[in-house]
Amino acid sequence: MSNISIRKVRKTYDKNEVVHGVDLEVAAGEFVVLLGPSGCGKSTLLRMVAGLEAITSGEIAIGNKIVNKLEPRERGCAMVFQNYALYPHMSVAENIGYALKIARVPKVERNEKIRSVAETLNIADFLDRKPAQLSGGQRQRVAMGRAMIREPKIFLYDEPLSNLDAKLRVAMRLEIRKLHQRLGTTTLFVTHDQVEAMTLADRIVVMNKGIIEQVGTPLEIYSRPASAYVAGFIGSPSLNMIKGVLNPETATITLNDGQALQYDLKRWPNLHAGEIIAGFRAEAVSLCNSSKSLTLNPQFIEELGVSRQLHCELAGEQIIVTSQSDHDVKAGIPLHVTIEPGQIQLFNAQTGVRLETEVYDVDASVTQIRKAS
Amino acid sequence: MIERTPILNLVSQAILCIAFVAILSPFYIVFAAASHDFVTVNKVPMPLLPGGHLWENLSEVWVKANFGQAMRNSLISAVAVTVGKISLASISAFSIVFFNYRARMLVFWLIFITLMLPLEVRIVPTYAVAANVLSPLKSMLSFLGLSITLPEWNLLNTYPGLVLPLIATATGTFLYRQFFMTIPNELAEAAKMDGAGPIRFFWQILMPLSKSNMAALAAIMFVYSWNQYLWPLLVVTDQQNYATATMQLQKLVPSGQAEPPVWNTAMAANLIVLLPPALVSILLQRFIVRGLISTEK
Ligand SMILES: Nc1ncnc2c1ncn2[C@@H]1O[C@H](COP(=O)(O)OP(=O)(O)O)[C@@H](O)[C@H]1O
Ligand SMILES: [Mg+2]
Repeated sequence: MSNISIRKVRKTYDKNEVVHGVDLEVAAGEFVVLLGPSGCGKSTLLRMVAGLEAITSGEIAIGNKIVNKLEPRERGCAMVFQNYALYPHMSVAENIGYALKIARVPKVERNEKIRSVAETLNIADFLDRKPAQLSGGQRQRVAMGRAMIREPKIFLYDEPLSNLDAKLRVAMRLEIRKLHQRLGTTTLFVTHDQVEAMTLADRIVVMNKGIIEQVGTPLEIYSRPASAYVAGFIGSPSLNMIKGVLNPETATITLNDGQALQYDLKRWPNLHAGEIIAGFRAEAVSLCNSSKSLTLNPQFIEELGVSRQLHCELAGEQIIVTSQSDHDVKAGIPLHVTIEPGQIQLFNAQTGVRLETEVYDVDASVTQIRKAS
Repeated sequence: MIERTPILNLVSQAILCIAFVAILSPFYIVFAAASHDFVTVNKVPMPLLPGGHLWENLSEVWVKANFGQAMRNSLISAVAVTVGKISLASISAFSIVFFNYRARMLVFWLIFITLMLPLEVRIVPTYAVAANVLSPLKSMLSFLGLSITLPEWNLLNTYPGLVLPLIATATGTFLYRQFFMTIPNELAEAAKMDGAGPIRFFWQILMPLSKSNMAALAAIMFVYSWNQYLWPLLVVTDQQNYATATMQLQKLVPSGQAEPPVWNTAMAANLIVLLPPALVSILLQRFIVRGLISTEK
């Protein structure tokens, strides 16, 4: 167990900078997920920690020791790859024990460790098989066993679950989390799947084009996304966002089609009139016929059993609304809704940065988070 | 392409059979001729059924052409060339594919160019070097204005002389390069994370994985070097000790002038000489296709 410090780390490939100065502290024993779309530099960052990629500038320290110049094997990290990267010609046991063989661990001790790791991961019955004879989930376990057996200071995972089918992914997610609870090894986990990030992480690092957009616990990131970018990435469905013009006198946001959205003036007493992005959760919309109602055009209804997701059009933009299944809603028939002003979040229309509220009495969870941090 | 018409099947079977006969009939004629005595083989037309003198012809020619020594020479040099080519090819492909250094492309192209310079094209300079190994160094030194007397060191009439000039191989390097490029990068990285250095990765992971490649290359290269004729002819003057099987075979082929046309023993010698490459091909044939397309993983 070691902490990781990443300080002003940059990475350039042939004059093309792909990681633009990242700062990140990972505490010992923490499970941190790097989340972002494909190509945003997550893997590159992870591989710089592993030592598989040279660091162009900046510093990475593991356990307070700067590792920039150290070979991968000297850093005490173990890595699990997306395509498993098992040695095809070696049996499962040989795959798992290869690192120990290289480290000249005596055979008896090695076999004992292989067996205990295999039992932990439920692959003890396959020790003699070749990777080609295993299913995807079993290969994934072997890859994890290969990482575990070295008792590393740090686990690095690069999208380890992406090649599995949906059901297995959920099961393996749980196992990875359990493993972490038991071993307590500091973990950096890369994924583009926000559900994976939300369910696994102690803290999530949301990345965008080589920079960090936000670092926080899953709840913090869900309830207080630092930018429109993060808001659009987190949650299923993600935050609805809509452009409009803010009028502080009336505490409304006028949308493109002339409809107005109420926001909570108490939270932002000092805003100026102008362009703004308003955000609200699908659950914050209630179906009713009050005088202040908005009109939506449902286009397509997704039945989930417990509830429904209504894909609607509002002022030319797509939004998603959650409704109870007993509401009588039909695609094509306009729908009247209200949105509680306290549920509206605001983002700068140009930069996408969240406008922090000045009063936090609305949302209990938000208040708690503020107290905690 | 899956066609299920019986006529098409029949036609393709027929074509296969004709090709089979066309390829094998010369071998059969060699075999038949080798089994007759001198008189029968010179009848016109030569009887196509095998006669009873095969063993007699084989043993006669084995002694006459000193095949005991010649076969050993051929075997030693062919095995050495094959091993040398495979080692050189795998190591140079390893360097080109798995290491990132500035001269990588330059090295790649230099190897590529040698593809256009087979031994036959560069035979005169190669002979000059074989006759005096240090001569390139000497001319380099004299170009720099130094005149140091270097010892004479020639490879004529030695095994290294037979083997070394044949070892450089662009084909093998490319075959290995193709194979190495199909190996996912993550495999090399996983090995690095496990603490394996480059040499261990090469020996314990790449080499076992490239077994079918190696077998295919070995079969091709063995046959290639066994069949070498021009180079041994140049580099070997001590026929008694260093003649190769192909050189000895040539001496037995009747030239059609003074000597009697002893085709029966010439054909028997032919059978002897083609046996080792045929055996190697048969033993390794199941790897040849697999290793050459290298999609098996
Ligand atoms: N070896 C490389 N050479 C050049 N560019 C690379 C290399 N590896 C990654 N990149 C570029 O760096 C960016 C980030 O890649 P990566 O870290 O793999 O993204 P992610 O893992 O978030 O999908 C991408 O634009 C990619 O094209
Ligand atoms: Mg990636």
